[in-house]
Amino acid sequence: MSKLIAWIDERIPMTKTWNIHLAQYPAPKNFNFWYLFGVLAMLVLVNQILTGIWLTMNYVPSADGAFASVEYIMRDVDYGWLLRYMHSTGASAFFVVVYLHMLRGMMYGSYQKPRELLWVFGMLIFLVLMAEAFMGYLLPWGQMSYWGAQVIISLFGAIPVIGDDLTLWIRGDYVISGATLNRFFALHVIALPLVLVILVFLHIVALHEVGSNNPEGINIKKPKGSIPEEEKPKFKFHERFTKKYDIVDAFPFFPYYVVKDLVGIGIFLFFFCYVIFFAPAMGGLFLEPPNFEPANPLKTPDHIAPVWYFTPFYAILRAVPEKLLGVILMFGSIAALFVLPWLDRAKVRSIRYRSGFHKVNLAIFVVSFVALGYLGLKPATEVYTFFARVFTFLYFAFFVLLFFYSKNENTKPVPERITK
Amino acid sequence: MKQFLKTTLLVAATLWSVASFAADPTVPLDEAKVDLHNKASLQRGAQLFMNYCLGCHSMEYQRYNRTFEDLGIPEEIGMENLQFTGEKVGDLITNAMPAESAGNWFGTAAPDLTLVSRVRGADWIYTYLRSFYVDESRPFGVNNAVFPNVGMPHVLEELQGIPRKTYEEQMVDGEMTERYVGIKTDGSGMLSPSEYDQAMLDLTNFLVYTGEPMLLEQRRMGWYVFGFLFVFTLFAWFLKREFFKDVK
Repeated sequence: MSKLIAWIDERIPMTKTWNIHLAQYPAPKNFNFWYLFGVLAMLVLVNQILTGIWLTMNYVPSADGAFASVEYIMRDVDYGWLLRYMHSTGASAFFVVVYLHMLRGMMYGSYQKPRELLWVFGMLIFLVLMAEAFMGYLLPWGQMSYWGAQVIISLFGAIPVIGDDLTLWIRGDYVISGATLNRFFALHVIALPLVLVILVFLHIVALHEVGSNNPEGINIKKPKGSIPEEEKPKFKFHERFTKKYDIVDAFPFFPYYVVKDLVGIGIFLFFFCYVIFFAPAMGGLFLEPPNFEPANPLKTPDHIAPVWYFTPFYAILRAVPEKLLGVILMFGSIAALFVLPWLDRAKVRSIRYRSGFHKVNLAIFVVSFVALGYLGLKPATEVYTFFARVFTFLYFAFFVLLFFYSKNENTKPVPERITK
Repeated sequence: MKQFLKTTLLVAATLWSVASFAADPTVPLDEAKVDLHNKASLQRGAQLFMNYCLGCHSMEYQRYNRTFEDLGIPEEIGMENLQFTGEKVGDLITNAMPAESAGNWFGTAAPDLTLVSRVRGADWIYTYLRSFYVDESRPFGVNNAVFPNVGMPHVLEELQGIPRKTYEEQMVDGEMTERYVGIKTDGSGMLSPSEYDQAMLDLTNFLVYTGEPMLLEQRRMGWYVFGFLFVFTLFAWFLKREFFKDVK
């Protein structure tokens, strides 16, 4: 066995990679609950890829065959319903864990210097994930698939001059049709997953280059020679990390965080499997009832709502009376997150040591996001639209206020070392 | 962190109270107490469907043999008594009505009913089937309280009798006023009102089954998966505890 490993190590850096990224990778010792969602996102990604491969084996990407083939999978393929529910639940679960993962980053300032690129790669993953989910939702070819896509694609029509040609180019037809379905299928099963996997790889490369943040927002890399030998952790970290720095308050990712994450994965799977086996439609949130009706270009549903994970952005879009401005604000709401590392000019990372004003600001942001998500599911009545406007304002106010108060923020003193 | 949580909860609670009185108005639906374990009910429902619905409504994603197997009907008996379309027992439950003609006859093609329970829900179907009433202004002489101006005739009239919207005179503040008391049959049908309700519950039950024929298997498997996850998480927790002894 050791001979085999030596043979491989002479040819590719197997053991070295294992050590740098797992067995001798220093992870701060104070990771909490919020630090689970990265690994859970990876788990869900693997779930989506595997179940997706098997679904593709029986799915028929054509306007005539798509809906029936999904029902064929649900009824006639052995455990086809399980594959489909794992995939459909996985799509929603992906957004649940990614939103919580992003909130974690916002709470503990994980986007701040030197982790700006790490955050930007994460945001790119989020963007591609939204495109992936949007295109995947067209594939069952139900009423909501069809009309949801119709509404979203028509948004690009609001862009001046090129709008109409752009929507035509995206659809490949004057309306959503089999041509649209086939290209979305190609993008959903090949192009975007490939991009997604590459971005996830880069996200982790960036993470392991700068090292993990932690709930205290304190650096675990101290100047070389500043830490007495007896205070250093008893674990061996790779010399890549110890050459320039003294590492404190950390332990190796493997096996410690791996076994800890296993417990978290087990608990997550309870929730995940509850949905799969007992509530796959999740009360119409994960699988919308109108989508059990085949797409019908002649019959518009009474109420078109995107799937829940898009509704915060959809609510922002609808809150603006002018279409183009609405589209700009909707994309702006995502763009604002992209530049968060440069909007937040605070010297302190973790929410634990930031001002009360920041805590309130972030709390209002979270509530606004959830409220917009709720409002996006509802029809645009006068009352709802009023609230959507209020929360859209509060959503953007978070970023604007942050930019101004963060520079001279009244923060608390940050301890030198992780004690908790 | 505490302040962050406190603010979040406070704002959320305020919103909840705002959202709660903005509920959408809908027609009240009667609760359908469906029971997928009740095979006799499912069999009666299948019989009703094949005799009264299949003429116009297909069930094109569901197969005869799967239905017979799940409902505990021997294949030969099923083929002889319940299979009026298709040749082989493995065929899908389709009918011969072209969608185009249906459009001409009823104003719209009769929708496929395989998944109707997932689109509308059991309560809606159960209430709909019991909400036809006489309305001479409509082409078929009937309307539906749950689905106003529906293009469907009351095909179950021979079972229910002629249903009418019924009003009762009532004394309110010393004045006689008419009060709507629901849809009542004239009693000319083959079934009594309670028998008709039961028959519609059976039919609803069957439609709930065809919407999700895997539902019972799915739930059964869910419990085994929970069992596995419990053991897995327990072992993972012990493993974690063991490893973290080094760290403390």
